[in-house]
Amino acid sequence: MNLTLRIWRQRGPEDRGAMVTYELADVSPDMSFLEMLDVLNERLILEGEDPVAFDHDCREGICGMCGMVINGQAHGPRDRTTTCQLHMREFADGDVIDVEPWRAAAFPVMRDLVVDRSGFDRIIGSGGYISVVTGSAPEAHSTPVPKPIADAAFDNATCIGCGACVAACPNGSAMLFTSAKVTHLNLLPQGAPERESRVRDMVAQMDEEGFGGCTNTGECTVACPKGIPLTSIGNLNREYLRALTKR
Amino acid sequence: MPETTSLGSGGSAYWTVGDDIADTAAPDGPIETRWDRRKFSAKLVNPANRRKHTVIVVGTGLAGGAAGATLAEQGYNVIQFCFQDSPRRAHSIAAQGGINAAKNYRNDGDSVYRLFYDTVKGGDFRARESNVYRLAQISTQIIDQCVAQGVPFAREYSGLLDTRSFGGVQVQRTFYARGQTGQQLLIGAYQALSRQIDAGAVEMHPRTEMLDLIVIDGRARGIVARDLVTGKITPYLADAVVLATGGYGNVFFLSTNAKGSNTTATWRAHRRGALFANPCYTQIHPTCIPRSGEYQGKLTLMSESLRNDGRIWVPKQKGDTRSPDQIPEAERDYYLERIYPAFGNLVPRDIASRAAKYQCDDGRGVGPGGLGVYLDFADAIKRMGEDKVREKYGNLFEMYERITGEDPYKVPMRIYPAVHYTMGGLWVDYDLQSSIPGLFVVGEANFSDHGANRLGASALMQGLADGYFVLPPMLGNYIASTKLGSVSLDDPAVTSVIGEVTGRLGRLLEINGDRTPDSFHRELGELIWDECGMGRTEAGLRKALARIPELREEFWRRVKVPGDSGELNQSLEKANRIADFLEFGELLCIDALHRAESCGGHFREESQTPDGEALRDDEHFAYAAAWEYTGGAPVLHREPLQFDYVHLAQRNYS
Repeated sequence: MNLTLRIWRQRGPEDRGAMVTYELADVSPDMSFLEMLDVLNERLILEGEDPVAFDHDCREGICGMCGMVINGQAHGPRDRTTTCQLHMREFADGDVIDVEPWRAAAFPVMRDLVVDRSGFDRIIGSGGYISVVTGSAPEAHSTPVPKPIADAAFDNATCIGCGACVAACPNGSAMLFTSAKVTHLNLLPQGAPERESRVRDMVAQMDEEGFGGCTNTGECTVACPKGIPLTSIGNLNREYLRALTKR
Repeated sequence: MPETTSLGSGGSAYWTVGDDIADTAAPDGPIETRWDRRKFSAKLVNPANRRKHTVIVVGTGLAGGAAGATLAEQGYNVIQFCFQDSPRRAHSIAAQGGINAAKNYRNDGDSVYRLFYDTVKGGDFRARESNVYRLAQISTQIIDQCVAQGVPFAREYSGLLDTRSFGGVQVQRTFYARGQTGQQLLIGAYQALSRQIDAGAVEMHPRTEMLDLIVIDGRARGIVARDLVTGKITPYLADAVVLATGGYGNVFFLSTNAKGSNTTATWRAHRRGALFANPCYTQIHPTCIPRSGEYQGKLTLMSESLRNDGRIWVPKQKGDTRSPDQIPEAERDYYLERIYPAFGNLVPRDIASRAAKYQCDDGRGVGPGGLGVYLDFADAIKRMGEDKVREKYGNLFEMYERITGEDPYKVPMRIYPAVHYTMGGLWVDYDLQSSIPGLFVVGEANFSDHGANRLGASALMQGLADGYFVLPPMLGNYIASTKLGSVSLDDPAVTSVIGEVTGRLGRLLEINGDRTPDSFHRELGELIWDECGMGRTEAGLRKALARIPELREEFWRRVKVPGDSGELNQSLEKANRIADFLEFGELLCIDALHRAESCGGHFREESQTPDGEALRDDEHFAYAAAWEYTGGAPVLHREPLQFDYVHLAQRNYS
């Protein structure tokens, strides 16, 4: 396939940035999207240009490091698929493909397609854990957890922290991300002692980081490569109200 | 005086032999109480004094994340590093299968002793008994810890934890969280670490890469690291340094490791005096998705649980290009079932991998380049129905379809082996301390527990055992029993390491040649895969050892790295890592050449049984090979292994 790529190039956080067009010939449909960019970068290096900077690591769809907006969609056109797992057979010969970084006030661009998502780490640090000092744990079977609860906790724990939810949201909200962690831990009996402080602190941190509010648009759950459901945001709101009334 | 070893006729001296070494940290006596006795004899640091001590932890995977969180909880000042944008990205996250623990919840005859026995035997008798026993003991505590952290392991309807059997053992001791156990365990450790970062007990430096180790007065006292965003080179000083930087599988270029996984931290420590042990023990996983073209950037593993119901075959006829549904039953060779009737498709990883290679080398491989074999679920679908197959393997089939564009419910999967895990690593004693005092090494980065072959679901167990439970008391012992003088940033050792690091980056940028960094990595990887992959021969290894120095020379003459060092420059990061792989690859081949036996993940074609199985040579090779860096031919130090509990025996799966 022959493709026209229009890629966001921005040298640093202070640079204005612009879309730059590249023609790429002989793209195999079996290439992953990132392998396609690898091929472009090999060419750019030999031509003496700076290659396109993008984040990636495991390339198996689980580390959450990759992520770009492809033709206006976070992680591109295929459902429940990270950018690294997106393959070029989803595109057609002659396509023009726009490639942009995550766009959100709370994710400043560092270079090209690389953004700063450290706000997510600080949200987790503010309460997304169960405080158990190493070595102090009781026997694993001392607290049975009903299977439906354990399964629901797992579904929310599959979040990979990629930031697609924020990138897809018109408000740049991190509600889906935060709700997944609150739901995972607050469902479990082990998470109960810190249930109220967890949700209060995480929501406060989320606001402090500059993420927007939720207006139930639902774009987040569509973009989420792991299918975290919109009901988790409902649960976050319930947990938050519950915590406020308990204060 | 070291003797010089020449290999056969016309062989040049690739290495010299130095004195034997021993692990002096492990207590002797009954194996059941060795760890208790070691902890009791260890010196303690008063809780009030811990905050006066600083520890550097490099890496945030299972071992590093667990170590950083635990040391900070105990009161030490921790400075921690990862090259990714967040500590949650480390490649432990990609582990699928599960984590072993000797809980015996199934009442199926499991015990600490059985896990110990299975691991020593599975490691083909090339691991230390003391270490492995301790690992089996600690395994049960890990499950307790993770459940308390909220790790959502699979559960039964009773609300109790589910377990399954894994990796050719006969008990159900593997705890799992669907096919994402590594992710869930890593997120558990990451959350514990995040809590300590928020509390100010861990100073976390993401997007920062360790480029060298600072050794002062013979002790590890810090690292030099590069901020990958600004390019700034900064020295960090501490009382001890912990490396949790993973394995070296990416020396093969194509592996199931993450793209960023590299050996720079361990190789730089090796160059500063840390012995590197058993690099030739590499694990090749049989069920990976084959490469589809020249542009391939990495390989993806699919859980080997697929072999429980899939049948592996190739066409009997060489070069058969018919589509699989056009090949009648009589013209298919279910070669594993034919050669190993007792175990069939479930033979251990190394045997399944080599058998696939032989079929493909013989011209019967399928798919692009003939580098693949079929893994066929047609019979399973006939036997239990498509719904049941979907329920068991749905997520794996979906992943396969996403990558290959083929529907495995209709067309047999194609699989091929790929490098997956490396058992070798920096040499450590029972305390996980390397041969440089004050330098500790945990997780896949060390060589300690898996011998020549790692069993399924044991990597997660070892990473967490090291990080949560073994390292913290042993590091405390080092700090309590060592008089550490103060060091300053003006120390000549610090400035000289900074000078070396900066000089090297500068040289990489100045070459401005005509080849990309990746083109060298690919070429090195193909060479090592061909000559030091699934099957190794003296002639092939010699060929590789002749070629690697040439390739290295070419790299330093022709590589082209655009941009400069004072900015986010991913080409520079890569080139710097590849420069180390080009040195490490040589040691890997030397170790493989010197070990003229087959064992576990190291298969020397010259050393096999009449049935083609790995043939160990316990008389000459029952030792760990610890290599000393000299700048020229490395020096081999043998650590003889003693087996008092598990008796040496040949593996047999036919």
